[in-house]
Amino acid sequence: MTTSSITAEVPRQRGEGAEGPVLEVRDLHVEFKTREGVVKAVNGVNYSVSSGETLAVLGESGSGKSVTAQAIMGILDSPPGRVSKGEILFQGRDILQLPESERRKLRGPKMAMIFQDALSALNPVFSVGNQLGEMFRVHQGMSKKDAKAKSIELMERVKIPAARSRVNDYPHQFSGGMRQRIMIAMALALEPDLIIADEPTTALDVTVQAQVMDLLADLQREYNMGLILITHDLGVVADVADKIAVMYAGRIVEQAPIHELYKRPAHPYTRGLLDSIPRLDQKGQELYAIKGLPPNLLKTPSGCAFNPRCPKAQDICRTEVPALLPVTERDGTELAGRGSACHFREEQLHG
Amino acid sequence: MSELTKSTAGAGPAQTAPAAPAEPAIARVTQWGEIRHRFLANKLAVIGLVLVALLFLVAIFAPLLSPHDPYAQDLTNTLQGPGGDHLLGTDALGRDQLSRILYGSRIAVVVGLASIFLACVIGIAVGALAGYFGRGTDSVLMRIADVFFAFPLLIGAIVIIIVMGRGVTPVIISLAVFSWPTVSRLLRSSILSVREADYVLAARALGANTRRIILRHILPNSIAAVMAYAAFNVGGAIVAEASLSFLGVGVSPEVPEWGNMLAAAKDFMGVKDYLWTYPSIAIVLTVLGFVFVGDGLRDALDPKLR
Repeated sequence: MTTSSITAEVPRQRGEGAEGPVLEVRDLHVEFKTREGVVKAVNGVNYSVSSGETLAVLGESGSGKSVTAQAIMGILDSPPGRVSKGEILFQGRDILQLPESERRKLRGPKMAMIFQDALSALNPVFSVGNQLGEMFRVHQGMSKKDAKAKSIELMERVKIPAARSRVNDYPHQFSGGMRQRIMIAMALALEPDLIIADEPTTALDVTVQAQVMDLLADLQREYNMGLILITHDLGVVADVADKIAVMYAGRIVEQAPIHELYKRPAHPYTRGLLDSIPRLDQKGQELYAIKGLPPNLLKTPSGCAFNPRCPKAQDICRTEVPALLPVTERDGTELAGRGSACHFREEQLHG
Repeated sequence: MSELTKSTAGAGPAQTAPAAPAEPAIARVTQWGEIRHRFLANKLAVIGLVLVALLFLVAIFAPLLSPHDPYAQDLTNTLQGPGGDHLLGTDALGRDQLSRILYGSRIAVVVGLASIFLACVIGIAVGALAGYFGRGTDSVLMRIADVFFAFPLLIGAIVIIIVMGRGVTPVIISLAVFSWPTVSRLLRSSILSVREADYVLAARALGANTRRIILRHILPNSIAAVMAYAAFNVGGAIVAEASLSFLGVGVSPEVPEWGNMLAAAKDFMGVKDYLWTYPSIAIVLTVLGFVFVGDGLRDALDPKLR
């Protein structure tokens, strides 16, 4: 018990000591070279996360949200993937400039990632205790016995019942929710400053989703970590995230404090996403869907990438790429933390 | 059958008993326990295991089991048929056939195991590098493997043996040199799929280095095919070794070895058939044993492959 209270102290101090955000992504571009040509998966993404803050990154499949995360972690498949431009500042240092061996040392103790499908993200041939303990054995040189004790402690921390007797079980012997808890435990093991959760609840059923999400939020508060929550589900993030960035075709099209986005979206795409959530009070009506398909990243449409699907597209949308600009109230006061990449953001915001 | 299931069910909890003594009611099934159970439920595999076990016992205790010195010539008793003092008869130099067959198992076991082991060491190293790094490394290593693969085994082996001289070691080396490409190809192809698995990405995301990823996360998940191949092909290696001896380029002709015995027996075919039938039976049983074990191992390691 004493060890856990000590370890709980450390991240708090660490969080206070750090100046500025834990992570800042500046103008990040990622491209993939394929046979058909260069796929521009991420085209100038900017965002930042502070300790104790949760940023939700929302987007459809292929919007570049996972690729951004992989670029931050440094686990892009490269080649073919490549960061072609931009900076990733982690605790003030541009980690893209670091040699691979230095970056590897960051992964685990400083930043960690939670994957979507815990069954495939856990090695099937080792027991979960063995895999959890590996974190301590490898990064901290702990003995097998101590590592096992720590694994049990971690499993209890993520509320796995009967942790002591289940520590030698294999991943396939756990239920989906329990497996995801193990993934979370593994990411948390070394108390990193930043956790990226890539659709952590997508593979789970709805009731378990809420439990896992709550657990993640609790632990994040407890350790005062920065959390990037990647998702395509607006419902999942509402209660957990502080702010949200909506991605489309490798760009952030809108960012806002979480509740403001739900109240007043400033981009037609976000509007469309919100309208396509089934609602109880609209029972019997046809559900809204954004028409068309996400763009082919080999040749994104000219102008605003969303223009072919946008109900409000004008001529300017087909020629000029809108920048991510601050949005203002009717009286001209700037809304803090909000931005939209739409030529008609004000009209969208104010209806 | 019922005995087998009983024994495996009994072994399960006994193995993990110290870990969870409080709850003996729940028999924990470990992964190896499961594999063992599947293996033992396969009748052919058990037969194979018995044959292989017999071979090993014979090889170890050949001096105790043999009624005569396998080298001792008795020129007054040549070409005696089976029966009497010489249970399986004597050869053209009056040497006891049974003793020579029993001693022959030693060379078979040593060459079979050692050559496959060596082939696996080379093949796993090459296959793992090619599969994990892909691209240029893959092309270069696989083209080298192709060259060895395309080379006729017997010709290649004869060349190596001519250069190195006769003996057990050159035979082992020459067999290994021409069988590692299969191992490396098998491993490479399963690594190609395992490499893309999420747990490999997860391991990278948690700071594992390349060596750890290959040795701990990729190899254990892709080694099953190689293990089955290895067990399966010990028999093949034994046949190849006997062929080399039969052709007169294996171990020295006076050494009791199955290929040598067949080579000596070929002059008496149709006249003294017991000279070639018994060594042949020994070879057939040995190969069958390893093939059954290999098959059983493959099914036990990955039931989906069936």
